[in-house]
Amino acid sequence: MATTETNDGHGEAHGETRRDFLYIATGAVAAVGIGSIAWPFIDQMNPDAASLALASTSVDISALGEGESMTVMWRGKPVFIRKRTPTEVEEAKEVPLSELRDTDARNPNIGTGEATDANRAVQGREDLLVMIGVCTHLGCIPLGQAGDFDGWFCPCHGSHYDTAGRIRRGPAPENLAIPPYSFPDESTLVVG
Amino acid sequence: MLETRPTPLARIGKLVGTAGLSVALLCGAGTALALLAAPASAAEEGGHHIEKQDWTFAGIFGQYDQAQLQRGLKVYREACSACHSMKMVPFRTLASHQGPNFSEEAMEQIASEYTITDISNEDGQPFDRPGRPTDYFPSPYPNAAAAAAANGAAPPDFSLIAKARATHRGFPGFITDAFAGYSEAGPDYIYALLQGYEEPPEGVEGAPGQYYNPVFVNGDWIAMPPPLEDGRVEYDDGSPETLEQYSADISAFLMWAAEPHLEERKQIGFRVMIFLIVFAVLLFMTKKKLWRNVEH
Amino acid sequence: MAGHGPKTHFKNPAVRWLDSRLPIVSMMNDQAIVFPTPKNLNYMWTFGAILTFMLVTMIVTGITLAMHYAANTAIAFDQVEKIMRDVNFGWLLRYIHAVGASMFFFAVYMHIARGLYYGSYKAPREVLWMLGVIILILMMATAFMGYVLPWGQMSGWGATVITNLFSAIPLVGPSITEWLWGGFAVDNATLNRFFALHYLLPFVIAGVVILHIWALHVAGNNNPTGVSVKSSKDTVPFSPYLTIKDGFAIVIFMILYAWFVFYVPNYLGHPDNYIQFNPLVTPAHIVPEWYLLPFYAMLRAIPDKLGGVIVMFASLLILLVIPWLDTSRVRSARYRPMFKIAFWIWVVTCIALGYLGAMPAEGIYVILARIFTLYYFGFFLILMPVLGIIETPKPLPNSIADDVLAKSKKKHADVHTGSGAGTPEGAAAAPKKD
Repeated sequence: MATTETNDGHGEAHGETRRDFLYIATGAVAAVGIGSIAWPFIDQMNPDAASLALASTSVDISALGEGESMTVMWRGKPVFIRKRTPTEVEEAKEVPLSELRDTDARNPNIGTGEATDANRAVQGREDLLVMIGVCTHLGCIPLGQAGDFDGWFCPCHGSHYDTAGRIRRGPAPENLAIPPYSFPDESTLVVG
Repeated sequence: MLETRPTPLARIGKLVGTAGLSVALLCGAGTALALLAAPASAAEEGGHHIEKQDWTFAGIFGQYDQAQLQRGLKVYREACSACHSMKMVPFRTLASHQGPNFSEEAMEQIASEYTITDISNEDGQPFDRPGRPTDYFPSPYPNAAAAAAANGAAPPDFSLIAKARATHRGFPGFITDAFAGYSEAGPDYIYALLQGYEEPPEGVEGAPGQYYNPVFVNGDWIAMPPPLEDGRVEYDDGSPETLEQYSADISAFLMWAAEPHLEERKQIGFRVMIFLIVFAVLLFMTKKKLWRNVEH
Repeated sequence: MAGHGPKTHFKNPAVRWLDSRLPIVSMMNDQAIVFPTPKNLNYMWTFGAILTFMLVTMIVTGITLAMHYAANTAIAFDQVEKIMRDVNFGWLLRYIHAVGASMFFFAVYMHIARGLYYGSYKAPREVLWMLGVIILILMMATAFMGYVLPWGQMSGWGATVITNLFSAIPLVGPSITEWLWGGFAVDNATLNRFFALHYLLPFVIAGVVILHIWALHVAGNNNPTGVSVKSSKDTVPFSPYLTIKDGFAIVIFMILYAWFVFYVPNYLGHPDNYIQFNPLVTPAHIVPEWYLLPFYAMLRAIPDKLGGVIVMFASLLILLVIPWLDTSRVRSARYRPMFKIAFWIWVVTCIALGYLGAMPAEGIYVILARIFTLYYFGFFLILMPVLGIIETPKPLPNSIADDVLAKSKKKHADVHTGSGAGTPEGAAAAPKKD
């Protein structure tokens, strides 16, 4: 275009550096602006204040008898609370670590540790097992007291967990996760 | 070079000239839009003047006075909450640093002093338990009809009251307000209303259960009896226990309840403004540089 | 720039490959880079870019808000408050969107006023103008339905009043109103469909905007002289000259916008909309958003239900035919002394109608509204055709370049008389007023 030529043709000796600096500064400020405005639009999809605050749920477990389970909701997911029978505890204890697919306890309440039954169960109450009931494969909910290891069995893709909720067979990569919890008193469990 | 270069002043002159249309229309639009920001109910047109108060949360750098919000909560709990719900405010926000800033423990203590009706996990029946941080302020009545039946008129919910009420600002206040950043009409109204109870003028009589208060937005008679008087609420921080102080504290508290992100908004706003001004200057200089050889 | 200029040649082989199959790169180059634009455009011409910016802003914030909103009368009001209180930056997104509606209309009114003043609706830009009027009508429908979504008192009663306009239609009116409601009052079905349409319409607007820009790029920009572009001396390429100027104007506009969003976000709204919709209690004083007030005033100025509705819709639709109502051969009001006066009175009329729309419909207000309604229509129906015939325009410049040159000569004459010869560049000089 002819107009382009006439207007761009004049190179100026003075002011060339100032102009370059100006262009770069303006461009940089524009980039910063676009970057900053993007954040609110991304962050709005993160869990909101109400969801973050709903991080704990408390359950009365005094009525839970031996061999019984209950399921409570925590952060929109099921949490399995099971009072295991002595047989189940024995079964879990007998498994050598070398047979486990995932040797991590996956228990934030003890920090890191090996996936022994003691590290999986509630500290000091070996009959009690509290786990997030979500299969570590693709998120289905496993069925209790089922599968080849008498623990949990995920019907979606056939993952078998043992009586300590550890993955033993099937496509799932990890043991069932354990949520953070506490016991304000003997009969109350607070998850989260 | 010289011939093709208008002087800076000439440029400014031109800018101003061509912006004439903008300014005229802006003023007009401002007039129109400001008008509707001021609800023109009969009582206000009667000319009841509501004083502007000096709020800590007003202005560009406005911040809530945390001690004031804590006192305001006390007033709400002791003098208002028997009739007025505040159902959108959860206890957890009482610990907000940009709000009353209670400690976590104090906030949990306040929550636990309320009784919340929950549904049992075990048998699905309703049961009462102490409040938790995630609970919301419980409502004194099960629904609006029950509230109205008990009080003559349903006491409005307090979650948004400070934004749902405003004062009539008249001319030219409604235009200047936009550019002076005045957005405290709600708390100003509440403050005035609480202190606005008067003896009705000679010969004027209200319906039973109606109290004379010319500040009220819907006529001179309000169904709410005077809720506060000197000494009604005990303060433990040495603030005066007067109607005036109570009115200020509850008004500030209700502003926070209605606009909990006010401080964050103003802080981010200040940074955005600085950024935009710097950016505008840079763009203007770049534009000037680019156009310097184009006669236009 | 119909796209048949000299073929653009790209050095990059990948670009060349793409462009020979889908000439999108040369189209962008022709339409957004080299597109010749009159060099004498003033800042009133930046509102087109500002409006594009606003449309994008509204769509982006609107989509993010829709991620959190729920169109159900039981929870809509609470859900909006959840956005304000709990969603990360929810308050910011909502205030940008709510204030944005007002800013959008402010910009569109400036854009329309500019078009009227400089005769941008005249041949060959009639279709361009008419597409613009369609965009305005779509914007109003979108804004109206958006205002219903928070489900406050003004939302519900605004929806009731506006949908009831259709009941004025003879015979089928009540059926149409019930059809719009999906019930016997504004209720859940109404809210739900308004949300669906409020989400859809902005994309329809975006489509018409593309046609609007297409039509603009056929005729090219009008300019303050109203004289058509004659040669390349009259123009500059769109980029970087107009991109940077538009960018500057957008940022200035954003300063005003940000002031409202961050410091007086509720100024443009109505306090009653922070009270949940109550179908049993109408607020003492119902007013639409400020940008609809002039039309609302015209509706109320007519003492007849059907008549009022017809006048209100006519006040918008009349804009469609003004290219044929204006008989003047000169475009720009700059050279039309009489039209200029008529135009400014019309601007005052619109502002006055806006004021009256917010006042109670009684006494002197109604009488004034009738007078201004008469002028509103008189300006288009009488003044436009008549002034074009009786008025003697001032002499037009031969070309844009001539006009620009004449102006700069005047300025430099001032420079020389002011401080002798050889004033260094940047020295202050009194600008010639014109």
